[in-house]
Amino acid sequence: MCLAVPARVLEIHGDEGTVEWQGTKVQANFCLLDDVSPGDYVLIHAGFAIQKYQPEEAQELMELWRKVSEGAD
Amino acid sequence: MKGRIEDYRDPRLTDELLRDIREAAGRISSRTVSLMEVCGTHTMAIARYGIRSLLPDNLKLLSGPGCPVCVTPAGYVDAAVLLSRDPGVTVVTFGDLMRVPGSDSSLTSAKASGADIRVAYSPSYAIELARQHPHRKIVFLAIGFETTAPSLAWSILQAKENGLENLSFLSACKLIPPALHALASSEEVKIDGLICPGHVSAIIGTSPYAEIVRRYRIPCAVSGFEPVDVLLSVLLLCRQIAGGEARVDIEYSRSVREEGNRKALSLLQQAFEPADSAWRGLGTIPVSGLKIRPAFSAHDAEAVFGVDVPLGKDNPACRCGDVLRGVISPPECPLFRTRCSPLTPVGACMVSSEGACAAFYKYYQLEQKKGSRPHGD
Amino acid sequence: MAIESDRILIAHGGGGTAMQELVREIFVPAFNNQFLEPLQDSAVIEELAEDRLAFTTDAYVVRPLFFPGGDIGRLAVSGTVNDLAMAGARPLYISLSVIIEEGFPVEQLRAIAHSISATAEEARVKVVTGDTKVVEKGAADGIFISTAGIGVIETDLEICSDRADDGDAVIVSGYLGDHGIAVMSKREGMDFTSEVRSDVAPLAGLVQEILDADIEIHVLRDPTRGGAAAALNEIAQSSEVGIRLHAAKIPVRPEVLSACDILGLDPLYVANEGKLIALCPLDHARKLLALMRKHPLGANAAIIGEVTSEWLGHVIMETEIGGTRIVEMPYGEQLPRIC
Repeated sequence: MCLAVPARVLEIHGDEGTVEWQGTKVQANFCLLDDVSPGDYVLIHAGFAIQKYQPEEAQELMELWRKVSEGAD
Repeated sequence: MKGRIEDYRDPRLTDELLRDIREAAGRISSRTVSLMEVCGTHTMAIARYGIRSLLPDNLKLLSGPGCPVCVTPAGYVDAAVLLSRDPGVTVVTFGDLMRVPGSDSSLTSAKASGADIRVAYSPSYAIELARQHPHRKIVFLAIGFETTAPSLAWSILQAKENGLENLSFLSACKLIPPALHALASSEEVKIDGLICPGHVSAIIGTSPYAEIVRRYRIPCAVSGFEPVDVLLSVLLLCRQIAGGEARVDIEYSRSVREEGNRKALSLLQQAFEPADSAWRGLGTIPVSGLKIRPAFSAHDAEAVFGVDVPLGKDNPACRCGDVLRGVISPPECPLFRTRCSPLTPVGACMVSSEGACAAFYKYYQLEQKKGSRPHGD
Repeated sequence: MAIESDRILIAHGGGGTAMQELVREIFVPAFNNQFLEPLQDSAVIEELAEDRLAFTTDAYVVRPLFFPGGDIGRLAVSGTVNDLAMAGARPLYISLSVIIEEGFPVEQLRAIAHSISATAEEARVKVVTGDTKVVEKGAADGIFISTAGIGVIETDLEICSDRADDGDAVIVSGYLGDHGIAVMSKREGMDFTSEVRSDVAPLAGLVQEILDADIEIHVLRDPTRGGAAAALNEIAQSSEVGIRLHAAKIPVRPEVLSACDILGLDPLYVANEGKLIALCPLDHARKLLALMRKHPLGANAAIIGEVTSEWLGHVIMETEIGGTRIVEMPYGEQLPRIC
């Protein structure tokens, strides 16, 4: 039970700000996070940013997959 | 792959993953492997992409108690309906709860009878309403797991700090790890691997699953929600099982840190304390829910309105608990398709449109028409 | 300008001079024509020489009344026109009945009347008769509009939900889900901002071109409430066929998809008000598609699936990753969720 999308932070003032997910903007509450800047990605759930999101971890994912596949031999 | 959302939905990647899964599942000899997810969003994602129809026959995906809608006892809905009948009260809720059956009514029925019930995307709307209408009593139906609880905690803290005396919360928040322990420690339950909920994990981190691995030796994979995520998690679990291993694989590394979100957890602990909690179909699980702390009782709807949230009347013939635990499959419940159907749901598993029984029902109907073996589970 | 008040009063529904004022100041200038002008209890109309008439009725209760891309007035005309067009009719005349809440701003009523007029002209229909009622404050939510519409069926084709044939192509005229998301983005409690505009539009012109083109059309449906999923399930049930869709082929705007992701909605179940679904034999599909794409309201038309002789009465979908899922009939309105 965790509908959340990885949205990009457009602007942030204190705990409030706006994020964007593929063309839709959401008013977001950042009270659950520290050190968030415009350009960062965050997970948005029910209007709250619940965690930072790192798109670059895609590489880790591919590595994980490769390791698992190689281990199959 | 670049890590854009479409990459996690790329059919070329999912095709490769499915090949690897078939190979891995083949190595687990021909016995059936049961993997359980405990997140309604996983249930929905699996259904939306038709993932079950693509997996090898010996791999079964079970849908556990991960949907707050499904596990909310009828008594909570009864209490909410009762509150809504007060003409001075506005009830604000997530959409998920609107059609959940209580003992004899639902929020949708109450609304049709004239109650002021509003659907919101965020608890922020309840705060806004409370500010705009100081003479109305606003009650927010605070359901959810650890993904949502910190936001609810913050909202409760806000209510107190800003003196919003007309705003209160009816809490039915639940915790995932105690439910996992209840499932894992049950003798009847046979789970070969756990697909752990990625967004709950964004908050609680991964150490709760390390505990599950340590005590029960059940392989775990902390999974995201896109098709590539789910299939990679399935592959990781198959590999663990094939190798006789048990550990916590973090598939969803882009959102999940080992330590979780400490700030969110701290806020959660300020507003809530752990308490025993009733799970529809599973009964009471010790220390598996969140109760609003006494310091905030002015914003606890149970205290403010003097309501008790009773367990409610579950149909004694209802076997949801066994279905949720993976002990029986939906058709083995005596009420399945007789008294209990998507239009007239009796228990939790039929309430959610993708709950174990609702999903099975849909595919069952389909296979009757097609006349071939079911894809649905 | 004889209306003194800037808000609708009970008197405006009273059948006396106040009501005459309202009709003359707001409705008549908006859509006057020779059939409306006598302002009698019934319009006496001509031009119905065909054997087959199409007749429809609808009520419009949309909230909010004004939304990106349209308003309740445009919706009322488009919805009525589209119902007639889906029967293969050329829409001709509309009746308009309004129930207005006491206190409703006259300016808004004027804007709605203007919108009705503009849409009627676009659809080449005439509003020929009407009725006005005013109810006490609280007894209605602003304004309700009810319509009836008449059109003539000039084609020999039998176009009906029960006419789908095994092997037919399923074509949609453009992007799905625009209207529902546009309206939802303006509802209270939904804190998202979207550029999405409602697709609300009368489709009579597009349908006329289709009918004139000698294409064997079996079914025309406009997927309104309940989205494409509801319309397709109805067709599958009426015709006792199966329908298989291909997720990768279904046109949805990225902004609609992202709003759906955030709210937990499925675009197949989100309302449309300016789209049609057409079923025709596969060997006519290319021609139909090319024709639709030339029309402004069909520019993004696409073949999204086919009729089958399996899964009778159901709609199934091949997902983006090659899996199979059921697209079932919706129970009620899709609500935003967190789970």
